[in-house]
Amino acid sequence: MTTATTPSGSSGSRTGVPETPEEPIDTAVLGPAPRRRPVGHGFRARVLTPYGMLAPAIILFLAFMAAPILYTVVLSFQRVQVQGLGLGSGARTTVFAGFANYVAALDAEFLASVGRVLLYGLILVPTMLGLALLFALLLDSKRSRATRFSRLVIFLPYAVPGVIASLLWGFLYLPAVSPFYFITEALGIDAPTILSSGLIVFGLANIGLWGGVGFNMVVIYTSLKAVPSDIYEAARLDGCSEIQIALRIKVPIVFPALVMTGLFSLIATLQVFAEPTTLRPLTNALSTTWSPLMKVYRDAFTRDDLGSAAATSVVIAVVSLALSFVFLRIVQKRAFGQED
Amino acid sequence: MHSIRRGIAATVAVAALALTGCSATGGGDDGPVALDYWAWAPNIDKVVDIWNEQNPDIQVTVQKQDGGDPVITKLLTALKAGSGAPDLIQAEYQKIPTLVSSDALADISGDLDDSVEGTFAEGLWSSVTLGGDAVYAIPQDSGPMMFYYREDIFAELGLEVPTTWDEYAEVAAAVHDSDPSRYLGTFSANDAGWFTGLAQQAGASWWSIDGDAWGVDIDESPTQKVAEYWGGLVEEGVIDNKPMYTPEWNAGLNDGSQVGWLSAVWAPGVLSGNAADTAGLWRAAPMPQWDADAPATGAWGGSTTAVTTQTDQQAAAVEFATWLNTDPEAVAAMADTMGIYPAATEVASDALSTSPDFFSNQDDFYDVAAEAAASIAPFTYGPNVNVTFSAYNDEFAKAAEAKTTSAFLDALAAMQTITVDDLEKTGFTVE
Repeated sequence: MTTATTPSGSSGSRTGVPETPEEPIDTAVLGPAPRRRPVGHGFRARVLTPYGMLAPAIILFLAFMAAPILYTVVLSFQRVQVQGLGLGSGARTTVFAGFANYVAALDAEFLASVGRVLLYGLILVPTMLGLALLFALLLDSKRSRATRFSRLVIFLPYAVPGVIASLLWGFLYLPAVSPFYFITEALGIDAPTILSSGLIVFGLANIGLWGGVGFNMVVIYTSLKAVPSDIYEAARLDGCSEIQIALRIKVPIVFPALVMTGLFSLIATLQVFAEPTTLRPLTNALSTTWSPLMKVYRDAFTRDDLGSAAATSVVIAVVSLALSFVFLRIVQKRAFGQED
Repeated sequence: MHSIRRGIAATVAVAALALTGCSATGGGDDGPVALDYWAWAPNIDKVVDIWNEQNPDIQVTVQKQDGGDPVITKLLTALKAGSGAPDLIQAEYQKIPTLVSSDALADISGDLDDSVEGTFAEGLWSSVTLGGDAVYAIPQDSGPMMFYYREDIFAELGLEVPTTWDEYAEVAAAVHDSDPSRYLGTFSANDAGWFTGLAQQAGASWWSIDGDAWGVDIDESPTQKVAEYWGGLVEEGVIDNKPMYTPEWNAGLNDGSQVGWLSAVWAPGVLSGNAADTAGLWRAAPMPQWDADAPATGAWGGSTTAVTTQTDQQAAAVEFATWLNTDPEAVAAMADTMGIYPAATEVASDALSTSPDFFSNQDDFYDVAAEAAASIAPFTYGPNVNVTFSAYNDEFAKAAEAKTTSAFLDALAAMQTITVDDLEKTGFTVE
């Protein structure tokens, strides 16, 4: 676009070289003369260009993120009011609702759905990250062979969309059509019904697990690969075993990656929707308000109560934000302390 | 840079084309009138083709939709947005009060021929007028409930076809005793329309209009009787409690573990699709009765053709809707190619003389259906059926898991409370 986008200053600050002075540097210092513009114009270009480059992203963000969020907040303060029988044209009007939708949103049904999702997260997140870490360490260990193939196989379930995965698992969970139940029956084992109210949360966590382990493993594995090998050499010279290296060196080094994957998993847990929605028609154990987002969906599209749905969405968004913030605050020191 | 600019130009051009495309369907001053029709019934486009051939001035385009619930959501969204709604829509009977109170359906009484009313049974006509002078839709098909059973298994076990609910309970126990994996049916907590039909048969009418106020009578004796009956069967374990329309249920229809199905007149389509191997083994019978001296049945499903408030071609739309649902050729084509049970039964009587292929072993299929259709009990739907139906799903799912009669009655009480609370919260007058 313009040639003024790469002044020497910007690259200087990245590599830790002291801040470039505002005054144009004497050409003698830098060798060949950079193409320069008048002082005023150069300043404007330097300040405005980044914003110009960011503009598409900012516009898209405003149009597709900020505006809908704002609209959701507006909707959450509105409700539909009808008169008498409510039939015929003009029977429905939209009125200001104050905080009524928020009060209604925080009902026992919502709290119960949050409780279920927390239990789901409690089962899913530690198991998923534990397995991801284990697989990453195993793939990274010197002794493992066929790492590329194994990595692909572990990652592959992530490529299956949640709805498809849920349908596949739904078939496996249904006793009459499941090969799993066919085998246990043939062996004379009385297998428990996963689609029952007691076990359904494990069934859902299992679906999430298959989809999530591979992705998180790749993130952790990548950060392991970034570790310079002389650290391991030093450790081996000090007499560390492979397990000690894994526990004392690799795990602390990938901790920031674990924090990040943990945070993503936490947010994903709060937003679980596709799996229980897909399984719901197959069982009596899942209600239409099993997870908070399912309640939002039911209120908006089954009950046609957009105000309540919007209020619940805002509550979920604020809670997610607060949780992420608190979580990061707690682990920040531990995770990123060494960089400060 | 150039390619980006070209891309933007192309996008703008496409958007402009789309916009003009939208407005072109609405206007019709020159050239034929173009009507959009949202429908989900299979093969309805083939029936509409007949109209398009005969009426070059009014061309109807069918836009296939997902089904009963999603299409209503889509329509209400389009109406809120102010554009994008079709001229005509296929709407189920129970959705009409909701759609009318959302101002989605046009009152077509002004454009409608007076003779149309006489074509339909009184019960069906009252569901499209809501008891007033306005007409919000024209009945298309109806779903009188019937009892389907495996004739071969009944013969093998030496069982009589139950004619009352007491007999049904006995037969259900006998079927289950013969083989623990066999059931005479399932209590499906996922199908609110099915349970509503059973309650309707028992004499319930969940909503009522009294002057300027709505009445809600869900937790009343007729429906309590039905809930208690099914809760008892599930508690005893002689009836399955799994949802219908799952791969497991489909497998059950095929392998003979589901020996009976309380369904509607459209069941042959579902059975032939899900249990093709059992063709010729099923038989249709009237529903078991609470009172054998006063036979009654409920309706499950059935839909209408309605004109939306967003159309600017109301007269043409009404003309087409009238033809589709009352013209002998159209109604016969609907019965033949779509496999539905037209609301205008008498008009379709010729087409309905031969049994569906799946029931080729039973000559009197449509006689049984006609008898059922004639005994459909009156029932009024309310403006928040969606809330009540979703409450049914949640509350009866819990009850079906708990497997106790008292849980079934609690579920019914919860449905009543949720329905009334929702009406009051929205501002309806509830008596």
